[in-house]
Amino acid sequence: MSVTSPKVEIIETDLLVIGGGTGGPMAAIKAKEADPKLRVLLMEKANVKRSGAISMGMDGLNNAVVPGYATPEQYVKEITVANDGIVNQKAVMAYAQGSFPMIQYLDKLGVKFEKDGSGEYNMRKVHHMGTYVLPMPEGHNVKKVLYRQLRRLQVAVTNRYMATRLLKGPDGRIAGAIGVNTRTSEFLVIKAKAVVLACGAAGRLGLPASGYLFGTYENAANCGDGYAMAYHAGAQLANLECYQINPLIKDYNGPSCAYVTGPFGGFTANNKGERFIECDYWSGQMMLEFWRELQGGNGPVFLKMDHLREETISEIETILHSNERPSRGRFHERRGTNYRQRAVEMHISEIGFCSGHSASGVWVDEYARTTIPGLYAVGDMAAVPHNYMLGAFVNGGIAGADAAAYCASTTLANYDESDFLTEQERVLAPTRREDGITPNEMEFKTRRFVNDYLEPPKVTAKMELGQRRFAEIREDLGHLVARDPHELLRALETQTILDCADMAAHASLYRTESRWGFYHLRVDHPETDPNWACHTVLFKDECGRMASAKREVDPFIVPVADEEMSAYHQLRIKTPVAAE
Amino acid sequence: MPIITQAKSAAVVIDDEKCIAEKGCRVCVDVCPLDILAIDETRQKAYMKYDECWYCMPCEVDCPTNAVKVNIPYLLR
Repeated sequence: MSVTSPKVEIIETDLLVIGGGTGGPMAAIKAKEADPKLRVLLMEKANVKRSGAISMGMDGLNNAVVPGYATPEQYVKEITVANDGIVNQKAVMAYAQGSFPMIQYLDKLGVKFEKDGSGEYNMRKVHHMGTYVLPMPEGHNVKKVLYRQLRRLQVAVTNRYMATRLLKGPDGRIAGAIGVNTRTSEFLVIKAKAVVLACGAAGRLGLPASGYLFGTYENAANCGDGYAMAYHAGAQLANLECYQINPLIKDYNGPSCAYVTGPFGGFTANNKGERFIECDYWSGQMMLEFWRELQGGNGPVFLKMDHLREETISEIETILHSNERPSRGRFHERRGTNYRQRAVEMHISEIGFCSGHSASGVWVDEYARTTIPGLYAVGDMAAVPHNYMLGAFVNGGIAGADAAAYCASTTLANYDESDFLTEQERVLAPTRREDGITPNEMEFKTRRFVNDYLEPPKVTAKMELGQRRFAEIREDLGHLVARDPHELLRALETQTILDCADMAAHASLYRTESRWGFYHLRVDHPETDPNWACHTVLFKDECGRMASAKREVDPFIVPVADEEMSAYHQLRIKTPVAAE
Repeated sequence: MPIITQAKSAAVVIDDEKCIAEKGCRVCVDVCPLDILAIDETRQKAYMKYDECWYCMPCEVDCPTNAVKVNIPYLLR
């Protein structure tokens, strides 16, 4: 494949939303609702109909703040504690206050939530302190509902374009983005007054234990494009060392899923069939106990359901095998795992960035604004901790409404033509070669090194060695080959993954303490240090080098007493002392 | 380095009898988040072109003629 004179189309819009999964469509919808005349373009790497983390729907809301069960203040406190105090409470509060109105809005659009006989939401307790889980046994239609609303509001959609870099004006505000068609390699330059990044997690960072590149927890299309674009544009990224690491079905690498089964009586057990954690909610401390159980010889760890009644198990099966990751059932069948007789073998996932589950994302304030004027970030890639699907919807909506107002008060910025030409050359470089290294090979090697050198327990000497290995791979970029547009898509993604690997190493080395349980467990700095009770931000400095800085945690708007702050630190079941 | 091609087993299987790609149907190709399905130009049938499957299943669920079956890729089956 050799592209000598690539086709370039330049278009203009008011608001550009990059990513058509969860938060992106809601940003576009709420921007249009705020200003029906606004030109909104939704750009998606795959197809909006089935893209993103909720491609096949979702089996429940993990963080619903429903009146009568929890107040926004209680939720903010729970997340502050679950995230060791390193939160921007204003952003969490903006989510918490928008949570219930968003559930009602989605309900009105046709998303189905579990209700009791009197039509009230059927809330379940999974978190350590409060009640925030709302099951969605018929949650497989979320994408269809979103798509219908995008059509109704006449949001322009462009599928199969991968955004590769953001464009900025001379004054530093956002000017648009560059996209490449994944099937033709044609370029699309979009000039926009505001841009919402909604590109999902960096879910293709570590290599799954199966060795299968696409056997990831996250939708494998979510490989960190948003993180890399934000970084190269000069935005700040927050707390990237607070990795996403999840307890998953071994090999299948999808959720098992304790949030669904927990309220029915299922629980995480060791090889003796015993509970060892008090709470199945995914936190760094829970993952630490999970890891210790594996290390201590009590593994494998299982999700145990065989003690439940037939009716209960059938109900669990119906939910788990028709929503979110429906091929779970197929996987269990091949391995002879029937929930009635056999517990589900679980394992620790590879690492990634994802604020939807942990706290690693692009820095945003309570309006979803990044540190670049006119640039927003929402969903898994935006640093609002433990935000899950509902957080993507709420913060997407907040970004859309705020961006609509911003667009009304500003004009299009002009980007520098040479920025586009430089990017065009970077993108096309792998197409100019006949021989060399294929994208899958380079990706495999990068991700294997991520496992070898960056996984917790994090060791300084290993992470520094990892940085050297990544630098060597960067030198190999001059040999990367793409023979067709599909391979070019993978070649671009490989470069994104390499950027994220460098960011993971840099951020982890910067924070010289241990925090968030297993997520940032540093062997050389095993204690949590009050001097690090702050955010870290990672950014590109004036010389184009990767840099990190501390950022103070803003004074809490919801105070948390010292004794409450340690609630998530005592997750291991206490062993009863034998009677004398 | 020169590039070689290696054989892989396809996790996504299409039943040619049922596939109606020759009538212009592109549903499975359109919905795949990883863009790994394609239409064989000579046979006019859909097939798995790249071993990059997330076993997510829209191709199977959305197929109008039930021609698609998603198997778990062998490495993690």
